Amino acid sequence: MSSENGKRLLETDAGCLNFEATELTLGLPGEPRVTSDGGAKLGSKRGFSETVDLKLGDNSQEVKLGHSLQEAAKSPASKTQVVGWPPVRGFAKRGKKSCKYVKVAVDGAPYLRKVDLEIYNSYQQLLTSLEDMFSCFTIRNYLNEKQIDQVNGIEYMPTYEDKDGDWMLVGDVPWQMFVESCKRLRLMKSSEAVGLGLKTAPKYSSTN
Amino acid sequence: MSEDDERQQSPPSDLEFVSNKARNCNATGSGSGHPEFQSTYPDQVLENVLENVLHFLTSRRDRNAASLVCKSWYRVEALTRSELFIGNCYAVSPGRATARFTRVKALHLKGKPRFADFNLMPPDWGAHFNPWALAMAKAYPWLEKVHLKRMSVTDDDLATLAELFLGFKELVLVCCDGFGTSGLAIFVNKCRQLKVLDLIESEVSDDEMDWISCFPEGESNLESLIFDCVECHINFEALERLVARSPSLKKLKLNRYVSIGQLYRLMVRAPQLTHLGTGSFSPSDIAGQGDQEPDYVAAFAACRSLVCLSGFREIIPDYLPAIYPVCANLTSLNFSYANITAEQLKPIISKCHKLQTFWVLDSICDEGLQAVAATCKDLRELRVFPVDPREDSDGPVSEVGLQAISEGCRKLQSILYFCQRMTNAAVIAMSKNCPDLVVFRLCIMGRHRADPVTGEPMDDGFGAIVMNCKKLTRLAVSGLLTDKAFDYIGRHGKLVRTLSVAFAGDSDMALKYVLEGCPQLQKLEIRDSPFGDAALRSGLHHYYNMRFLWMSSCRLTRHGCQEIARAMPRLVVEVIRSADEEEMDDVVGTLYMYRSLEGPRTDAPKFVTIL
Repeated sequence: MSSENGKRLLETDAGCLNFEATELTLGLPGEPRVTSDGGAKLGSKRGFSETVDLKLGDNSQEVKLGHSLQEAAKSPASKTQVVGWPPVRGFAKRGKKSCKYVKVAVDGAPYLRKVDLEIYNSYQQLLTSLEDMFSCFTIRNYLNEKQIDQVNGIEYMPTYEDKDGDWMLVGDVPWQMFVESCKRLRLMKSSEAVGLGLKTAPKYSSTN
Repeated sequence: MSEDDERQQSPPSDLEFVSNKARNCNATGSGSGHPEFQSTYPDQVLENVLENVLHFLTSRRDRNAASLVCKSWYRVEALTRSELFIGNCYAVSPGRATARFTRVKALHLKGKPRFADFNLMPPDWGAHFNPWALAMAKAYPWLEKVHLKRMSVTDDDLATLAELFLGFKELVLVCCDGFGTSGLAIFVNKCRQLKVLDLIESEVSDDEMDWISCFPEGESNLESLIFDCVECHINFEALERLVARSPSLKKLKLNRYVSIGQLYRLMVRAPQLTHLGTGSFSPSDIAGQGDQEPDYVAAFAACRSLVCLSGFREIIPDYLPAIYPVCANLTSLNFSYANITAEQLKPIISKCHKLQTFWVLDSICDEGLQAVAATCKDLRELRVFPVDPREDSDGPVSEVGLQAISEGCRKLQSILYFCQRMTNAAVIAMSKNCPDLVVFRLCIMGRHRADPVTGEPMDDGFGAIVMNCKKLTRLAVSGLLTDKAFDYIGRHGKLVRTLSVAFAGDSDMALKYVLEGCPQLQKLEIRDSPFGDAALRSGLHHYYNMRFLWMSSCRLTRHGCQEIARAMPRLVVEVIRSADEEEMDDVVGTLYMYRSLEGPRTDAPKFVTIL
């Protein structure tokens, strides 16, 4: 997907949406929204608190929209890609040659999943994907629970184990650093995640 | 692993340029009289002796030489050649090949040129196995082995092999396409003597046919089953039963749909394996959270004969320590699908003292390569692939890694190295430290990139390689290169047989240097370089000695290619159009030309014009 496609999508959407308002940006409130390469690469992300409040099984429209905007503008394509260069066999045929798989555990779920962190470009994409992955579980969970909270769903805090063995909150560090250091993911029930110092808003740059 | 090894062909067997001298000579030496009457007894004895002796000659190069001695030797050699190698399926027709060689048991056939792998050739260009399958069925019903590379094979062809060749034992398909699991199902079911089924980097379509279940019941003769490239789910229970009833199985390479838990079950049944492809090397999605994991370490420890390890298609690095017990015996390790860091590599590689072949991703960085250099003193072949194969991606490996390898791995013979930056100094160092280099392929992914330290082109680095590596037969160049680099190659690359050029050179002189200077040149593939008709003309004296010349996005005109076609009747000159080109454009998009005894092929698609 080239950034040209992305631009086209944004242009047609501008007529029916207030694009500025829905554009997701990374960083603290009040920071400028300009990305380092002039917008060719949409490095915008949600603010931290929005990212972390994962509502599994909840069809939040905002989340879906943000996801599709991100998808459309995913690849940087700062140089036009030349056919067959570099000459790596199988890449074009089979898609990404390598991957970074980590196990994902969800508290209360009987099964593990695994995700390939390499296919995502941002926390938003990852978390949206996890929502999709576990929504049917959550629905089943709804059926099992006597008390069903229809409005908010069950809240989970996404946490991960880094290469030093520490459990951290997802969103603490820049995306690429997270991909490199994450060994496994765990979606912890919010009620249990008290001790991880959630309330501090972390600082990270506006680039990917 | 797919190997691109090329044995020298001199003189070529795919072309019958028998000299006049050979034609006129016969065993008795007499040219007159009654040949039938005179030549029976002494001729017969001589031929019998020759036949017995020639049975021992296995190298095709030697056989080609023997066949040119005289008519009698030609005849006897043709009778005794049991393994037939044809480097370009269009150089000779099936009919001609089967007419000359009447007792062939093994066929090795190659089709498309290598650049087809990189989407530089439209699909359906050709290289169909079908006419060969049919010809073999008539001529060699006893055929046992077929090895194909870059050919188009259909399900029907697979059925033909299984049904018409009763003793068929071995099928190896490298970089092939055109068939699916249906074809595999028929093949494995009907081929009762099957020992080897190796599918390597081939495209297999998913017809949702459970081909693993189609192996016949009862004890199987399987020695090798390689299907790591097959992108379809398989019936694991059927596979487990198959492995259990294959006592001779030595090579097993699984696809990424086999989880590590399933791998364990297979390894426990086949501890005699010598070559293992591990499949995904991670748990399947439905692994229970609290489940006890099997003792993977013990399973590996039980495989005392394991020397070649690959797979790791969806690796979760937590599981890597399981392979520790086999590291000390490994001669070949393929991590080219495993996105692991230097830290994750080090504990493994530090145990791999006997390693000779190592394929890996650049995710291990220069630091990982330093670790390799520190331990793998016997390393012969190294391939470093990019995790992110784009021109402007970050480059985790550089001249630092190359330098380290050159200092630690003195016996290196073959290297393929993808990187974003490289210095002449490091390449020169390698040329001096690794005199045994036979294959040097460096891919600096950024086009026209100069030496980042000196700002110079990469001419001197590649120049040093051809000057110092006296055994070099295969070379791939990249980075910013002027005509000077090609001057070096022409002057010093006297043994070079395969040369790959992309985005390089300044003028026609570059190509001229190579075509005039490299007498052993057989395969020349060039893309996006400023070489025109004049350069093409300078190779007229040599094209009949070559297997092929490929030039795409250069400066050739139809006119210039036409000239070549007229001058050389035994050359097939194909102009291949890409989708947006007009038929009568004078500019040539892609030129692919090759020597052939058969003239223009009859199966060319409409985007190919044969001049």
